[in-house]
Amino acid sequence: MTTDVHQLDDGAWISVNDSREVNVSDLWLLAESEFCRCEPTDFLAEGFVDTGVDPPNIQARIAGRCIACGTEGVTDWLTVGRVIDPESGEFYGVVHDSVHIPEKRHRLADPEQ
Amino acid sequence: MPTKVENWKDEVYGNEIRDRLMEFAEEGWDAIPEDEHDAWFERFKWWGLYHQRSGQESYFMMRIGTPNGVIEPGQLEVIAEVADKYARGPEENPEFGDAYCDWTTRQSIQLHWIKIEDVPEIFELLESVGLSTQQACGDSWRNIVGCPVAGKDKHEHIDAWPIAEDLHETFKGDDDYANLPRKWKVSVTGCDQGCGQGDINDLAYEPAEKDGELGFNVRVGGGLSRKEPRLARDIDVWVPPEKAADIGHGMSALFREYGDRDDRFNARIKFLMDEWGPEKMRSVLQEEFVDFELPRAGEDMRDQYTYNAGGNEHGDHVGVHEQPDGNYYVGLNVLVGRMGVDDVYELAEIAEEYGSGEVRLTQRQNVIVTDVDSDRLDAFLDEPLLDDYSPDPHPFMRGSIACTGTEFCSLSIVETKNRQVRYARWLKDNVSLPGGVEDFHIHLSGCTASCAQPQIADISLRGMKTRKDGEPVEAFDIGLGGGLGENPQFADWVEMRVAADEVPGYIENLLDAFEAEREGDETFREFVADRDEEALQSLADPEETSYDDPYLGNTKMTWYPYAEDSDMQSSPAPTDANDEPLPSDD
Repeated sequence: MTTDVHQLDDGAWISVNDSREVNVSDLWLLAESEFCRCEPTDFLAEGFVDTGVDPPNIQARIAGRCIACGTEGVTDWLTVGRVIDPESGEFYGVVHDSVHIPEKRHRLADPEQ
Repeated sequence: MPTKVENWKDEVYGNEIRDRLMEFAEEGWDAIPEDEHDAWFERFKWWGLYHQRSGQESYFMMRIGTPNGVIEPGQLEVIAEVADKYARGPEENPEFGDAYCDWTTRQSIQLHWIKIEDVPEIFELLESVGLSTQQACGDSWRNIVGCPVAGKDKHEHIDAWPIAEDLHETFKGDDDYANLPRKWKVSVTGCDQGCGQGDINDLAYEPAEKDGELGFNVRVGGGLSRKEPRLARDIDVWVPPEKAADIGHGMSALFREYGDRDDRFNARIKFLMDEWGPEKMRSVLQEEFVDFELPRAGEDMRDQYTYNAGGNEHGDHVGVHEQPDGNYYVGLNVLVGRMGVDDVYELAEIAEEYGSGEVRLTQRQNVIVTDVDSDRLDAFLDEPLLDDYSPDPHPFMRGSIACTGTEFCSLSIVETKNRQVRYARWLKDNVSLPGGVEDFHIHLSGCTASCAQPQIADISLRGMKTRKDGEPVEAFDIGLGGGLGENPQFADWVEMRVAADEVPGYIENLLDAFEAEREGDETFREFVADRDEEALQSLADPEETSYDDPYLGNTKMTWYPYAEDSDMQSSPAPTDANDEPLPSDD
């Protein structure tokens, strides 16, 4: 089974295999992010801009703001969860308020994946 | 590459969705194939059904589009009946009870906790009195807005109601315009006060005179969402009323053909306007989408606009106003636009008893009872319902607008309606407005989608988060000095990430500073416009006060913020037709 990932409702949430899995409004701690000068960045997710799959990771670029310094923008790619067994398609979300390191490179998701 | 939403729309969209919707309703929630949930929920929007947020699966928000906010005689009772019978959720809202109607900033009606199994009966009831949910959401012509007292207004030059009605009937259900790249919001106004809010719509018809004939100037590309607010721009076109629909055809066909279907974040026509500018927009419309020569713009009436223009002249339609026929319309204040279902029944009854039975919705979430007999006006004003929905409310009650928020909405960052009710009550009890200020608007939006239209308020509140004593709490960015009128102005964002419990204290301090520093009768909007960012920031500080905020934690983490056991794992959803939890796969 392929893993189907997309953002919906103006970026309000990420769907993984037709199940709502990751929502906006959470705070994410970003380390080494280049998003702003804060270390770590205390990042409010306001909207999911892009989604992708880098098996087993489900990734996203998120629009939002550092609530400490106020910098606004879009993050690099963040792993928001994993689908370890594509056959079951079960999604395991990451703990958003543990520390995450955004990545620059990414393969975009498409319906064939 | 077209988005997934576009691919789903290519497969099934528009009118044809209804048959499948009815099949699913017949068979129940479980009949919607699990691997097609996203596609069907996206499509259901076209028929006014919007899946509620995480933790509330199987429940829908239902939007009923009432063009120009006109609820015709006999319709309101049915709306109340639908809310009473079908819009009751598994938990009560502590401020509003367990069944209510929301009057929206686009003159529509929203109901919550709708189950798919009930949709056929609801449609039958609504359609029996000429109401519909068709195209209330989704990528097509949305509910048409305008001056809510069109046809009953001493200030109007053209009765825009027949035009709004004609556009509604022309473009609802027309397959040629059913699948646009994104939503398409239209405003039609014939009065000289500017209360159609055309400046914030995709397509706006505003009254204008040309060669002695009254018609409309056309503006394109307004909108507030996604931190990208735009005012609609003048494309130098005038149309007589009988050609208004031709412009509607032409502009929405232009949008259909040239709008961005590869990126939904870039799809609204405001972004095409950014790229093209008004001259190219006009020339493409002329060359490719209309078969008559477009007249150049006529003389508009914008210098007379008083609606939300910053002064006290005409901030909304609340109050008692004489109609040209000698009857009266009475605008009643509905705090944050939500009315309990018993009150909706009562409203329908008194509208029938004292007026024609017609009720209208404003773009400030209020209601208007029209056609009240002049000799029965006093008796109408003595009706007990008006104790709670006053035609002469305190300014803080009158000016409070709020969107849906985390109670039901996926996108919102914070709780909105109940909080705004508490803000308004606290401000009324604790804060004085400077002398002569009778109209003061505070619009609270849960996120950047801007459904409460925060950028055009005196004080704009936009949902945020911050930390307090190390803990994440709901918060607001605060903007000042927005409004419409001849020279519309979006709010300046002045104070950022203010904890929600410190917002009332900030407003109190801000108004103290306004009173101390204003010159003469200077309006708040003028006061803000006269100051630079630094001066505005130094005016006031956020502060804790006696205001208590029960929603300070992360309301989005709950399945329903007001449930006794609000933990996401305690959600009964998804449920069956009787609100009983469906068996889980786990």
